[in-house]
Amino acid sequence: MKRSLREQIERLTDRREFMLVYLIVLGGIALSFAKPEFLSRETFSAVLLSVADQSIIAVGMTILLVAGAFDLSVGSTLALTGLVAAVFAGKGYPAGVAVLMALGTGTLIGVTNGLIITELGINPFITTLGTMSLLRGLVLVISGGQNVSGLPESFTVLGQGRLLGVQAPIWVALAVVGLGHWLLSQTRFFRQSYYIGGNEKAAVLSGIDVKRMTVFHFALVGFLAALAGVVVTARHGTASTTAGQGLELKVIAAVILGGASLKGGEGTVFGAFLGTLMMAVIISSINLLGVDLNWVDCVLGAALLLAVAADMLSRGELR
Amino acid sequence: MSDWPALEVRGITKSFPGVVALDRVSFDLRYGELHALCGENGAGKSTLIHLLAGVYPPDSGEILLDGRTVILPNPHAAAVAGIGVVFQERSLAPNLSVAENVFANRQPVRRGGRIDQPELHRRTAELLARFGLEVDPRLPVASLTAARQQMVEILKAVSLGSRVLILDEPTSSLATAEVEHLFANLRALRADGLSMIYVSHHLREVFELSDRITVLRDGRHQLTAPTGELTEDDLVRSMVGRAVTDLYGKPAAPPGEVVLAVEDAARPPDFAGVSFTLRHGEILGLAGLAGAGRTELARGLIGAEPLTAGRILLHGRPIAVRSPRQAIAHKLAYLTEDRKLQGLFLDQPLRDNLVAAALGRFSKAGLLDQPAITAYAENSRAELGIVTPSVAQRVVNLSGGNQQKVLLGLWLATEPEVLIADEPTRGVDVGARSEIYRQLRALAGRGVAILLISSDPPEVLGLSDRVLVMRAGRLVAEIPGAEATEERVVAAAAGMGERV
Repeated sequence: MKRSLREQIERLTDRREFMLVYLIVLGGIALSFAKPEFLSRETFSAVLLSVADQSIIAVGMTILLVAGAFDLSVGSTLALTGLVAAVFAGKGYPAGVAVLMALGTGTLIGVTNGLIITELGINPFITTLGTMSLLRGLVLVISGGQNVSGLPESFTVLGQGRLLGVQAPIWVALAVVGLGHWLLSQTRFFRQSYYIGGNEKAAVLSGIDVKRMTVFHFALVGFLAALAGVVVTARHGTASTTAGQGLELKVIAAVILGGASLKGGEGTVFGAFLGTLMMAVIISSINLLGVDLNWVDCVLGAALLLAVAADMLSRGELR
Repeated sequence: MSDWPALEVRGITKSFPGVVALDRVSFDLRYGELHALCGENGAGKSTLIHLLAGVYPPDSGEILLDGRTVILPNPHAAAVAGIGVVFQERSLAPNLSVAENVFANRQPVRRGGRIDQPELHRRTAELLARFGLEVDPRLPVASLTAARQQMVEILKAVSLGSRVLILDEPTSSLATAEVEHLFANLRALRADGLSMIYVSHHLREVFELSDRITVLRDGRHQLTAPTGELTEDDLVRSMVGRAVTDLYGKPAAPPGEVVLAVEDAARPPDFAGVSFTLRHGEILGLAGLAGAGRTELARGLIGAEPLTAGRILLHGRPIAVRSPRQAIAHKLAYLTEDRKLQGLFLDQPLRDNLVAAALGRFSKAGLLDQPAITAYAENSRAELGIVTPSVAQRVVNLSGGNQQKVLLGLWLATEPEVLIADEPTRGVDVGARSEIYRQLRALAGRGVAILLISSDPPEVLGLSDRVLVMRAGRLVAEIPGAEATEERVVAAAAGMGERV
């Protein structure tokens, strides 16, 4: 089918992604006038590095929101899996074993969340609220409330190493985002997530194994939270007991900023990544402009509300 | 009785961007009259109702109540003027009591704003008694049957002092037995002097209930006549703008060999001991009252709630169907009766809906084949006559008839050998209905074996090669198409029929 250029442009500008790119670029330009040092490679990689863990988890959270669910336990999962990796790496196991243990733990947490939801019928909010607290508690119990540090270089290189001058966490995040976007937008398997989020009952009748997909979605989020846990722990060389605290809401906010809806059935990984970047740019601006950092949360909250309201307005859905 | 009508509409015109929804329409409603308003989707019925309900103002023309011009700038003004509207969507709070719903926001209060519960229940009981409704006003609305909920909604309007009541498709969510109950109540209200406008797609209801009928088509007034002077054919011709001859069509060929055989299928307490065969190219009607277990049987056959006993044979070989996924793999398709809640993905585009159950057909090596999906969607749109500006349109924006066609397209994408169609024309206008019948005939002509579940006896009789009747979870009659009459089907469904 042929579309006119005008139609193609309209189709493109219709999307939330366009609005975000526009805002990020515009914000970047404005900021570079006020603070020329903003447009530097350092700022750029600092921004990306600061949101590597969020970007990784946002991929899983996007898929979950598309399917009409969400996971509050990702911050705690990040902390626990980071701790698992640190404990194994600290005891002299090869870095590969430490990483596998962490990823396995994260996946297992996700599967457990999924099974509680599908087999016991407790809703995702309550389930992951419960596991969020439970896992955070486990972190404190296992670590005795102490951060675990003194990790071998073979492990910390995963967070501190550079390839072509770019830090490892950025590579991991970009790879996960790229792969995640491709999988969610192109594959038959992940298209099922949109149907589930659109109408779960109709999805069942259409032959989609909703229970199995739900468990898989949560397992994927758990796995990605663990990947973020490994990256963060390796970058800091420390497994902190407070790692990832409050992260779950930031990630959900970024994904919604990127065009997903709590109702399910819509959203893209690329959009979620832009939402994450947008929030990072805001924080970075506040930092560079020398504004009191205590304003950060206020500004982020207002940005989320504004973005969603503007989007609903453009679609004529705002009351 | 006064000389003027209870409600009159004079030369009303209403345009929306790009469409004249009502074009100089005049209409009158007499005192104590039940006046049916008919027309296809988009004929302007809904616009007219919304004008009378004060949802938006007319561009020109007048509305007169009791012979006096009224202006209805908002729904509140319409309610105060005495026009009550019961829309298709329920406006009840399911967890609150009947009384709290009837007197929503008008509960009698004691000092300090505390709700006077005894007084509230007394008043509600009085109102219920007046219309012979045996319902405890303390019960939550959710615990009532659909028909009683509908009555609560109507009583709410009546208790507001409405003298004119507008009912928009009041039976669309009701079972046959409940419809009778509702009708009895409406007749009582009419005897009480209430004037009613009744909007319905069900021509039988219209003929059974109304005093006069008005037809709108494409925003214009077509006819107003006493019900007794019209035939069903007159009405359909006026609504569609052409004579619809032979709505149901004729079978292309006699049914072939047995495709599906069901032996002693059971899933207590819903149904048990169900055995029947379905042939190549056959349309097998499954009639019965609501609650007879027909939908449950269908869901059992496709594994949504798998059978607990019995066998399903496809081409003579037993197959296991433990999930809808397996049913699809065996080329069994089930068109649900509830397209909005269970059938369609309302917020998703048309094209994505059409391929939902057949993603495998539209992907290569696990990747979605977007051009193939778009091609199939465009093809379905043309073949099924789905009226939409684009296949990227979200399904929620389509009319009921078009949504039903999308649901049919969704299941045709699975290339079924056996199609179970559960109430395929519920809430669908005459035009879309004849299109769906044509499709079912065409499918049967291509050899698809169709089990048609329908609560509309003329539809079952008009389409079926054979008719099965189900009652209380069991098949109670099998009637060859040639011998099937409405009397026999209805008698069997009600428990007066012969045993198989």
